[in-house]
Amino acid sequence: MKSIKDKVAIIGMGCVKFGENWKQTIDDMIVDAVYEAYDDAGVGPDDIQAAWWGSVWSGETAQIAAGPLKLGYIPFTHVENACATGSEALRGACYAVASGVVDIALAVGAEKLKDTGFMGLPQVRPIATWSYRVASDTPPSEFAMMATGYFAKHGLSVEEGKKLLAQIAVKNHHNGSLSPKAHFQREITLEMVMNAPIVAYPLGLFDCCGVSDGAAAAIVTRADMAKKFRPDPIYIKAMTICQGPREGFLSQNYDFAHVEETRRAAIAAYKEAGIQNPREEISCAEVHDCFTITELTIYEDMQFSNPGQARDDIEVGTFTLNGKLPINTDGGLKCFGHPVGASGLRMMYEVYKQLQGKADKRQVKDPRLGLTHNQGGAPGAATVSVVIAGNDLH
Amino acid sequence: MVGITSYGAYIPLYRLNRAEIGCAWDIPAAPGEKAVANYDEDSLTMAVEAARDCLKGIDLDSIDGLFFASTTSPYKDKQTAATIAMVLGVNRESVTMDFGGSLRCGTNALRAAVDAVRSGSANNILVVASEMRLGYPAGANEIGFGDGAAAVLVGSKAVIAEVEGSYSIYEELQDFWRSDKDLFVRSAEDRFIVDEGYNKVIPTAVSGALKTFNLTSKDFSTCVLYVPNRRQAGTLVKKLGFDPKTQSKDTLFANVGDTGSAMPMMSLVEALEEAITGNRIMLVAYGNGCDVFSLRVTDVIEKAKVKDRKGVTRSIASKKMLGNYNRYLRWRELVTVQPPARPAIEYRQPGPQALWKENEKELRLRGTKCKNCGTPQYPPQRVCVNCRAKDNFEYYSFLDKKAKLFSFCHDHLMATIDPPVTVTVLDFEGGGRMLIDMTDRDPAECKVGMPIELTFRKLYYVGGIYNYWWKCRPAR
Repeated sequence: MKSIKDKVAIIGMGCVKFGENWKQTIDDMIVDAVYEAYDDAGVGPDDIQAAWWGSVWSGETAQIAAGPLKLGYIPFTHVENACATGSEALRGACYAVASGVVDIALAVGAEKLKDTGFMGLPQVRPIATWSYRVASDTPPSEFAMMATGYFAKHGLSVEEGKKLLAQIAVKNHHNGSLSPKAHFQREITLEMVMNAPIVAYPLGLFDCCGVSDGAAAAIVTRADMAKKFRPDPIYIKAMTICQGPREGFLSQNYDFAHVEETRRAAIAAYKEAGIQNPREEISCAEVHDCFTITELTIYEDMQFSNPGQARDDIEVGTFTLNGKLPINTDGGLKCFGHPVGASGLRMMYEVYKQLQGKADKRQVKDPRLGLTHNQGGAPGAATVSVVIAGNDLH
Repeated sequence: MVGITSYGAYIPLYRLNRAEIGCAWDIPAAPGEKAVANYDEDSLTMAVEAARDCLKGIDLDSIDGLFFASTTSPYKDKQTAATIAMVLGVNRESVTMDFGGSLRCGTNALRAAVDAVRSGSANNILVVASEMRLGYPAGANEIGFGDGAAAVLVGSKAVIAEVEGSYSIYEELQDFWRSDKDLFVRSAEDRFIVDEGYNKVIPTAVSGALKTFNLTSKDFSTCVLYVPNRRQAGTLVKKLGFDPKTQSKDTLFANVGDTGSAMPMMSLVEALEEAITGNRIMLVAYGNGCDVFSLRVTDVIEKAKVKDRKGVTRSIASKKMLGNYNRYLRWRELVTVQPPARPAIEYRQPGPQALWKENEKELRLRGTKCKNCGTPQYPPQRVCVNCRAKDNFEYYSFLDKKAKLFSFCHDHLMATIDPPVTVTVLDFEGGGRMLIDMTDRDPAECKVGMPIELTFRKLYYVGGIYNYWWKCRPAR
């Protein structure tokens, strides 16, 4: 089996200001993100040979993106892989380039959520494979059950567990305050998190990411061509996606205190990238903090913390901007919200800027390797993408 | 010998102190409590509970009839007995019937079952009566009514209480009624009902019955009398020649409320719980006439006192207080409250095709058990989650399995009548896991590892369809 390592480079990225973009249509956000990427890469629409469009709730065919972008008569594919959709779009573009069939490809992900008029993600309407006689779970309830599971497994009282999670929210909101494109750019305090209304017990309002509109795009090319476009392309070192068989809902083996798909995606990605010790080798990571408990389990499942020891790392600030391994340097989903199809590409946008040294006040020191972890589904039945990128070709 | 071979009952967990109703409307309220079915219960779900209580230890294949009695059946045009039969999994060749239309429909069904078994047209008929009536807010009926269900199995083998005789009269009198356009039960002037209803109809029926049975009131150890008026019940028992202290009991009105057509059977179950061999019970039920039965308790009663049967007495004791009247209004959707900040449940309009296709799986919680590695799983899996064996399974029912709470949360986001929704992960004894909602719980009492029971509930009503499935609850 061959690897994607060092075969593909990102030469341009774009990302709109995430938020309640009341006045923007999905077309506006797609055009803004993609044209920023064109400008960044120094290419134009005519250079794109194939394109991937990622969205879960904003349109089911590639025509949604093909219409506003008017790329002409090239392959344009709509992808959906739950909340990892943005990463799935990037994977399509990168694999096409790695195959050698295409030299320059575009990935764009966007979501217009705020026109629904309500909190949370749109409700899934049962379709062919669904049943009407099912539990009433929502994304917050699915992840809240992982919080209950994690607290129970590690002997944390709800109060202790919530305090631990609150520190993650405070950290991400601090980083978000330095991110001009974030939806939420305000610092929060531990007290605010602890006293916030409950969304899905034990998770409160600040344990949950926001619901936002947003779009992000990437232009990729062959690694050996990348420097023709810019002096500082970012190279793909690993790109994996792990889809679990919904085992956690069926089997008592699952503990609701980790995400098996994240563990396995991490192992596969580290192997592909040739990483022995991720805690030492990764410079910064954007991870899927849809809920604070998700980020906590990611620390352990991605091998950033030893099993069961995320608590120690949180308390010494390992993952803060000035810590050993800064995580969610842009504020993460907590501050950008989660326009589903855009999130994976938004994460890569931050990693890309960090690796180029263009992250301004959020810039981590001497970055070499950055990582995105983009998760869909629920604990017990997840889809996890891990992408590792570096600023050096070796 | 034809008679009752098993019995069971169901009383909802929640009770409303009648004083709360009085306080809410600034009116005098009768003393005691009324049982209030949760927002996800109705006469069908309560009937399933009572039937399961009655069928503990009974071979489902032996049942060849199921009669459902209620004036509050969820559908005007769709048989509830067939749904209950499907949920329970009784013999497919069972005769199923719905009885309704009067307070007497419970005993009407009992009489029909006894006659059917006596005639030889059926062997074992399950009779379930269940009621969830609405009285006008601020009215005496709202204060007096309660929700509940009872079930008896009628057969000819191992009879607990032989039905020695049955006797009926009818009466055309507008006392209690609800037209096809009414939500609330209407009633005529109380004094008229007392004079021309109870006090004429019941004595006439009982004296006719005693003559027919060739018995006197002294031959009975207990008189189970249902009359929809607590005060009159005591007077009438005396008038009929029974001693109210030794031959009659009055716990249901005070602790549960008037459960209408279910009440005669609930009172009968209560009487059977205390009965000993040789006791003779008179069952009298009023409603557009009167049904009278004479039952003789046999020595099988001792064996019938199944340890885990909930029955009436234990169900009365197992309760939670509703706290306030507003919650009752909310559960019955009698007030319009702030809609949830999420899409309405119209989003989840069930399709009859999808419901039908999954009946056995979902209504009976039928999963699979891998024949290769023995792992139970729900929903059914063709490829085993544990060993990946394909199509090598047997069907496996989760219904009678014990379960513990593995994880849970209380979700305030989901649109529901009474938030939050408690979503749980259950682990079953013997294997298997399930994602399922929890009901009848105090959020503060939920603890990982607590023992859990399954209970049949209404998930929601939308577009004319009641969507039923299972939920779990803390073990009662």
